[in-house]
Amino acid sequence: MDTLNADKRKKIFVDLIKGNKNVEIENQLEYIKREKINKPIIYVGAGTCGLGAGAAETIIAIKDYLKNKKIDADVMEVGCIGLCAVEPIVDVQLPGKNRISFQKVSCKNVNNILDQAFSSKFSKEDVLGQIQIGKADKYAAIPDFFKLPFFEKQKRIVLKNCGLINPESIDEYIAFGGYVGLYNTLTKHSSADICDIIEKSGLRGRGGGGFPTGKKWKIALQQQNNQKYLICNADEGDPGAFMDRAAIEGDPHRLIEGMAIAAYAIGASVGYIYIRAEYPLAIARLKVAMEQARKYGLLGKNILDSKFSFELKIKMGAGAFVCGEETALINSIEGYRGMPRPRPPFPAVSGLFEKPTVINNVETFANVAEIICNGADWFSSVGTATSKGTKVFALSGKIKLTGLIEIPMGTTIRSIIFDIAGGIKNNKKFKAVQIGGPSGGCITEQNLDIPIEYESLIKVGAMMGSGGLVVMDEDNCMVDVAKFFMDFIQRESCGKCIPCREGTRRMLEILESITSKPIGGEKAALERMKGIMQLEKLATVIKDTSLCALGQSAPNPILSTLKWFREEYEEHIFERKCATHTCTELRKFRILTDACTGCTLCSKKCPTNAIIGTKKSPHFIIDEKCIGCGTCKETCNFSAIEMI
Amino acid sequence: MSIQIEVNGKKIEAFEGETILTVLKRNAIRVPTLCHMNDFIPSGACRLCVVEIVGSPKLVSSCSYPVADGMKILTNSPRVIESRKTIIELLLSNHPDDCLYCIRNNNCELQSLAKEYHVIERRINGKKNSFKLDHAGTSIVRDPEKCILCGRCVRICEETMGVSAIEYVNRGSKTVIGTTMQKGLNTSSCVNCGQCIMVCPTGALTEKNQTHLVQDALQQKNKTLVVQYAPSISVSLAEEFGMPPGTDINGLLNAALRKMGFKYVFDTTFGADLTIMEEAAELIDRITKGKILPMFTSCCPAWVKYAEEFAPDFLDNLSTCKSPQQMTGAVIKSYFAEISNLKPEEIISVSIMPCTAKKFEMQRDTMGRNGYKDVDIAITTRELIELIRLNGIDMKSIIPEITDSPMGVRSSAGKIFGATGGVMEAALRTAYKSLTGDELTNFKINAVRGFQGRKETKIKINNLEIGIAVVSGLANAALLIDEIRNGRKDIHFIEVMTCPGGCIAGGGQRIGVDRSVIEARMKSLYDIDDRETIKVSHKNPEIIELYDNYFEHPLSHKSHELLHTCYIKRDVLL
Amino acid sequence: MRKSIENILEKYDNSKRDALISLLQEIQENEGFLSEEAIVKTGKKLKIPTSKIYGVATFYNQFRFEPTGKYHIMICRGTACHVLGSLTVLQELEKTLKIKAGQTTRDGLFSIEIVACIGACGLAPVINVNGTFHAKVTVESIKEIIESYRNKEE
Repeated sequence: MDTLNADKRKKIFVDLIKGNKNVEIENQLEYIKREKINKPIIYVGAGTCGLGAGAAETIIAIKDYLKNKKIDADVMEVGCIGLCAVEPIVDVQLPGKNRISFQKVSCKNVNNILDQAFSSKFSKEDVLGQIQIGKADKYAAIPDFFKLPFFEKQKRIVLKNCGLINPESIDEYIAFGGYVGLYNTLTKHSSADICDIIEKSGLRGRGGGGFPTGKKWKIALQQQNNQKYLICNADEGDPGAFMDRAAIEGDPHRLIEGMAIAAYAIGASVGYIYIRAEYPLAIARLKVAMEQARKYGLLGKNILDSKFSFELKIKMGAGAFVCGEETALINSIEGYRGMPRPRPPFPAVSGLFEKPTVINNVETFANVAEIICNGADWFSSVGTATSKGTKVFALSGKIKLTGLIEIPMGTTIRSIIFDIAGGIKNNKKFKAVQIGGPSGGCITEQNLDIPIEYESLIKVGAMMGSGGLVVMDEDNCMVDVAKFFMDFIQRESCGKCIPCREGTRRMLEILESITSKPIGGEKAALERMKGIMQLEKLATVIKDTSLCALGQSAPNPILSTLKWFREEYEEHIFERKCATHTCTELRKFRILTDACTGCTLCSKKCPTNAIIGTKKSPHFIIDEKCIGCGTCKETCNFSAIEMI
Repeated sequence: MSIQIEVNGKKIEAFEGETILTVLKRNAIRVPTLCHMNDFIPSGACRLCVVEIVGSPKLVSSCSYPVADGMKILTNSPRVIESRKTIIELLLSNHPDDCLYCIRNNNCELQSLAKEYHVIERRINGKKNSFKLDHAGTSIVRDPEKCILCGRCVRICEETMGVSAIEYVNRGSKTVIGTTMQKGLNTSSCVNCGQCIMVCPTGALTEKNQTHLVQDALQQKNKTLVVQYAPSISVSLAEEFGMPPGTDINGLLNAALRKMGFKYVFDTTFGADLTIMEEAAELIDRITKGKILPMFTSCCPAWVKYAEEFAPDFLDNLSTCKSPQQMTGAVIKSYFAEISNLKPEEIISVSIMPCTAKKFEMQRDTMGRNGYKDVDIAITTRELIELIRLNGIDMKSIIPEITDSPMGVRSSAGKIFGATGGVMEAALRTAYKSLTGDELTNFKINAVRGFQGRKETKIKINNLEIGIAVVSGLANAALLIDEIRNGRKDIHFIEVMTCPGGCIAGGGQRIGVDRSVIEARMKSLYDIDDRETIKVSHKNPEIIELYDNYFEHPLSHKSHELLHTCYIKRDVLL
Repeated sequence: MRKSIENILEKYDNSKRDALISLLQEIQENEGFLSEEAIVKTGKKLKIPTSKIYGVATFYNQFRFEPTGKYHIMICRGTACHVLGSLTVLQELEKTLKIKAGQTTRDGLFSIEIVACIGACGLAPVINVNGTFHAKVTVESIKEIIESYRNKEE
């Protein structure tokens, strides 16, 4: 296959897309899909998170191993399969055997792991599971990879190929059924048909807004204009979200195909992928994939001889969370400050360069090809009455298994945290889970059985958001969490409208006054309590009047934590106490006079000169001056300082 | 297409596609705004204009939201009032508290809003932004601490002037209006027009106030205090002192200035006549001798600086004539000094202008000689009003007086300089006489009158067809300049005024006036032209005397020395 | 190979405003930061006022107006990283290097930048030094990481 010239290769794979019978490819297909292999393949999860865990060093070590042992095997970098907590993940597939997945494979233990793989003598702690390859025999006593608790409840549509295929091979993507959706679209359907199918499927915007995708496309389709644009929002600014990054790194062609279908549906000839600059690997993968698609005539003029032309361009974001908002994104592409515009007019009517523009999230597009191939009913049979299909979530925080999952809508949050993610780590108690990032709210114990749905989450003061899910345990301070999000919003607010620019600043200051060094006394406590009441009033106005969704949803984390953790707020305000010791300025320290030797080391290091005492006599911490930094405790060599 | 909506329970007619605010304004229903500017696309930034639409979950900004048939709007529901009030309080919480010491005290939109929305206690407190004053420029001072980021200054500088000296810098709470690299205004492309001051709702932008300098000067017993005032001034003060806008109070102005302590009161309008004599001669010279054309007027110093920065390839097209202010100043310190037996250093020459750029103009290199400046202090209409009040002058009780000779008589052609098209009309009246030997039968050239940003026409003088154009607003000038760059050859003479409408709407005028006031000023100038007998500069007896006694004829060696100037390419951050 | 600003600008001969951010990104990639000269030249090329270019550049986190250190440390302050202690890591970093985020050390070796979220949340807290990711960073390990870069200099 590798020796084919470019044109012949193109013909073969385009034939495959078109469903033309081709003897040459029939014979090769099993090899391309790696259902049959001639030599061992070693897959390494080398997405950004894998690389962060040391996958690059692992790859070097693997290559060394193979060279030293004179083993002829292929080493393939794949995307993220989602089990980030145990990365680097290395899979080994021997000819005729199933693919075995190993966890935590560093450059230090990889030799041992490869020994296991080649000898089929496995160590239980290293093996994750086995992935069925064709009709190969199963290895004994190795669990089914996709039946692991982390994967069993998942339904992988968007993430179907991630971690399994070579993301830099268009041939593989096609071999596994890629671009057939696009072909069917161009040959069997009109633009209006496609919009209908998507609308019928119930697909809703996965970026957080949840607007019915088909409906949005229809509005754009109906606009009479000979230039329309399609934009993919890959800005993924929500801290705690990395769904889009993983999807693009692991399976970039899925996005391209989805966009091409969408462009046809609305009549757009030019598309932009607006992707944040902080995703260099994803950008590189996209560039490779786009070039490959162009070479195969799947992008550019006259796609698959259909007279439909669609050209894709990449625009890199320059570091502004607010550019995830549609009109701000448009301004950014146009070369302006990324500040939102008043709506109406909506982008579908007048957007980029004042032309009809549809903007959708990466995940939304990644669903499109499958829907066209399998039908609207297939998609709408998954999920709930109002929220169809699946949702990709990025799990992080205090859970055992952090990573990326894709679950059918309607799955309960409890199921995600305790069944899929393995529960809270270190045997701590669950406290809350933040959904929707800085625009969202928290879900507490009593609401854990809520099914994941757009509306059901809003009802309890949270929101779906883009899919970031951060789990907190008893050691997290919810006031600190609210402050963290408000600080983020303040940094990222574009500054255009008064309620958001000035209002969130005041809200942040109120939170800071609650979590910082007390000015004591009852009057001050009253001031702080007034501050909280004002928070609620301010929040209402900010939600009601802000120009864009960033401002409108900025108060959500505060309102949500206030609702469910009011006692924690009141403890901070009246008792000046942070039970989890997260708010450092509220921490108190005490010197144990029995243990203190009077070495004066702590008083020298204290940044506020809060420690007094004479040499060789026990020292004393002046409460009013102490800012709770804990330097004294760290410095003390006699364990004479404790936190109270 | 006509539709019907309901506002506060009342049925109102509207048109599809209009914004809610347009309909409300037409029906005199007040909704407060801050970032809104008439004839500019709404930015939706301040959120002050929010209204409630029955059935809609969020409040909407009426400046941008379109009406729809059957829409029910509430402009002052409790929810709306609370929102607007909170927005105002949020602004106040990040604003200096020193209203009593602010030049915009009692004429500040933020103050008015706070009063309108009954803000009588500090409900919101917090840290205030801290910024340095920018007083590096000659004419305009910026105080970012008082800025509420409404964006009007940015937009007028960009869209109306095409200069873009200032812009939003940074993001979020750190946003501030600044220049490139946040240096002083003097390094930027600012042309000093002061239109930003005119649209600023607070005291964030002010002129470089020199009231104290004039007050000090008036105390100097060993100096001779001389003042001149622009043609626009006498029709731009009336409403400040309780008289109908546009009323010409020239006589009262003279009296007030004398009461203040000025020994000699001259009229810049005389200088305008002088400018016409020189400029008409220059135009004819260029046309008949095949010199560089088209010729642009040069009396607007903001336009001159603009040309030096943005169109240095056109500097040879600029008339070499100084402005009326500077010609008058030069004559004061040469001819007038001589005949009054005064040394130029003994004279303090003050000018009163509707303009902030004049503060820049008077300090230009060629605007003086032998160590002294032709004009020592240039102040604005606003500063004049401050001086009148400071000196306790009651405009209602003083008696009108006449201006001093030899620079007090003026033609009405000079007076119309204050309106866009006025310079052109005055110049054509004199050029016609010079070229044909006859006066125009009809002095009114309607084609150049009015508020349009660009007016063009052709005038036949003998067998010459002279193409003329009048532009106001520098963005309009830029378009015309580009056309000429691209080969347009049918225009010979162009008047450029930076301020839309001309000097009567200048950057030094009273802030916060209605459009109707400016229209009244314009009408007043043309009424003066209608009723006065000397309608042409060349018939001004004091002008004739000046040439007879001093300059001999236009474009003479002496007039070149004193009344003409040159230009330089400016190296600023464009 | 380092190109001059003029080389980069050559490709943008017929470009309009929508090329601005890409152009600035390319210049910064090449020069390390945006100088006044770069802004003026960009303005001339794209026919945009320099104030607008400066306004756009200061809006986005990515653009710097001062050169960065030889080792540019980007520390993620996203939710997951925060919840797992990135603030203390940042404070330790600032203490060790004696600079604040947004600054460069006097010897020009290190600079710190806070980024909103790198997207490697499964391995929080995360820092990125000149493109290399370091995961699950702690107050102890950050000191070791700095040392390892310093040792490279010897």
